[in-house]
Amino acid sequence: MAQNFSETPHAMIEIIGVHKWFGDFHVLKGIDLTVQRQERIVICGPSGSGKSTLIRCINRLEAHQRGRICVDGIELTNDIKNIERVRAEVGMVFQHFNLFPHLSILDNLTLGPIWARKTPKKDAEEQALYFLEKVHIADQAAKFPGQLSGGQQQRVAIARSLCMNPKVMLFDEPTSALDPEMIKEVLDVMIELAREGMTMIVVTHEMGFARSVAHRVLFMDDGRIVEGNTPDAFFNNPQHERTRLFLSQILH
Amino acid sequence: MQTARSKIVKPPVTRVGVVGWVRANLFDGWLNAFLTVVTLLVLWKLVPPLVQWALIDSVWNTTGNACRETSGACWSVITANLRFILFGFFPPEAQWRPAAAMLILFALLFVSRERSHWRQWLAYAWVFGLIVMAALMRGGVPGLAPVDYDRWGGLPLTLLLSVFGLAGAYPLGVLLALGRQSKMPAVRLISVIYIELIRGVPLISLLFMGSIILPLFLPEGVTLNKILRAQVVIILFTAAYIAEVVRGGLQGMPQGQYEAAASMGLNYYQTMRLVILPQALKIVIPPTVSILISAFKDTSLVVIIALFDLLKTTQTMLHNPEWMGFSREAYLFVALLYFLGCFWMAQFSRRLERELSTEQG
Ligand SMILES: Nc1ncnc2c1ncn2[C@@H]1O[C@H](COP(=O)(O)OP(=O)(O)O)[C@@H](O)[C@H]1O
Ligand SMILES: [Mg+2]
Repeated sequence: MAQNFSETPHAMIEIIGVHKWFGDFHVLKGIDLTVQRQERIVICGPSGSGKSTLIRCINRLEAHQRGRICVDGIELTNDIKNIERVRAEVGMVFQHFNLFPHLSILDNLTLGPIWARKTPKKDAEEQALYFLEKVHIADQAAKFPGQLSGGQQQRVAIARSLCMNPKVMLFDEPTSALDPEMIKEVLDVMIELAREGMTMIVVTHEMGFARSVAHRVLFMDDGRIVEGNTPDAFFNNPQHERTRLFLSQILH
Repeated sequence: MQTARSKIVKPPVTRVGVVGWVRANLFDGWLNAFLTVVTLLVLWKLVPPLVQWALIDSVWNTTGNACRETSGACWSVITANLRFILFGFFPPEAQWRPAAAMLILFALLFVSRERSHWRQWLAYAWVFGLIVMAALMRGGVPGLAPVDYDRWGGLPLTLLLSVFGLAGAYPLGVLLALGRQSKMPAVRLISVIYIELIRGVPLISLLFMGSIILPLFLPEGVTLNKILRAQVVIILFTAAYIAEVVRGGLQGMPQGQYEAAASMGLNYYQTMRLVILPQALKIVIPPTVSILISAFKDTSLVVIIALFDLLKTTQTMLHNPEWMGFSREAYLFVALLYFLGCFWMAQFSRRLERELSTEQG
């Protein structure tokens, strides 16, 4: 897909010199990353390299201890107001869906808009049905999460995030908890989302998805972004030994 | 040997019909058969004499002296003293008032049983019902002569202490559980100290302390009547136990639920109220109800601060020379009332659990 970013004064996400520790454990060791509007980034790397931690810092599910993170010009600090504003703009999809099991699918989708956005219930439901339609699952609106397959649950989770009208979507290994036959239905929804110009950061090892959707693929190892490049360059001509090793492990 | 062979040759014993059921449930293996026989023997020894005593030889509407003539149960002790057992020293000419108040309470509880009724009108019904009940019990409004708190007693007092005890303790317990998990150290510390202190002291001594110490903390001129003091102590006591049960439920909640709520922009109160508590409280329904049931029974401990609850009115009635010696019948009756209350709570909790689980497929 062609690179075609809108002209704005500041980038969608700016991460500058970010460090994070869990106790004594240094997880992120100086991350620099700028994500433009409508840019789509895939992050891969071995387990434990800090991928989840990095994207969880972007909506402050984790707090970083050094460096700066700005989302749409809002800097993330301890200021709760800023955190709320950033979370309102950032949608997140988790590996294990994290749907609310005690609420129907429709209620899962309307909860955020009604309570965090004060959207009238009727509008929220209309919008929820619209997004359920988009993830091809509108007929399940009255069911409960436990009654759906994993693939369906993940699509509901994506629709739930979209109901908040986010400017950025973060995905943390959205397909790695799914049975193989369900991966495609979720990736298809994500590809449609990409086509509509959503800014996305996706942690995944689905390299087919990365090739067809990403503007840039980043490789993380040991708390650092080791290299980042266009998908073609990244897969065909990796610069670092560790990247080559990693790719050889997952590409067969 | 015979049975073993026939089992192999034929398909398993039919599951329909009485014989099938008896075989499958009562004589399914040697141990089971043995236990069944023992149980039957015990029942055979116990039930006929009991029926003889409680029903066949019993008397229902006699004087105390007539009772002493029979070998059966003297239910007259109940029928002749029902008014005092149920209402204690409430002025006899006004006893319709506590009776009406209890009927209102039962009606409200009955309607509240259905979760589909938990709407705004039910809240109004409760508020209105409580005002009417208070007016009936207390009097002092046109047409109803005032009745002093000292004369409240019997079943209305037991129900009052229980219903408000439970209704007050549950939300307080949930708040304490949340407090114990709070990120604010002061809130957490206060909650922990409160819970551990209360749990470390028996209810009886708390009731004593409540009747002696609580007044010391009140501003000059303000007095709390004895019933209210007992009520406060029961609430504070039960809440500590509820808090620990609820905390267990909260700890069972996966981190992902908090994170999903946070990433949707819900704040702490919304997250708790809409996402975490509905799930956590549901998980702990069975232990919560156990606590509520034992709190209901523990209200009988208020006798030690000289309140005339159901048990105390019964005991007092038994001091009457005419009815002395019939405590068996009287306490059986009181036990039955307590049992009905507890049984109703247990039923309600099972029903609630069932409804909540079918709802989620
Ligand atoms: N809450 C936490 N407390 C302590 N250590 C953590 C926590 N979360 C993650 N870690 C550690 O940080 C490292 C990076 O984790 P993560 O970002 O989840 O890696 P990835 O998503 O790349 O597999 C891992 O070694 C993990 O054990
Ligand atoms: Mg991860």
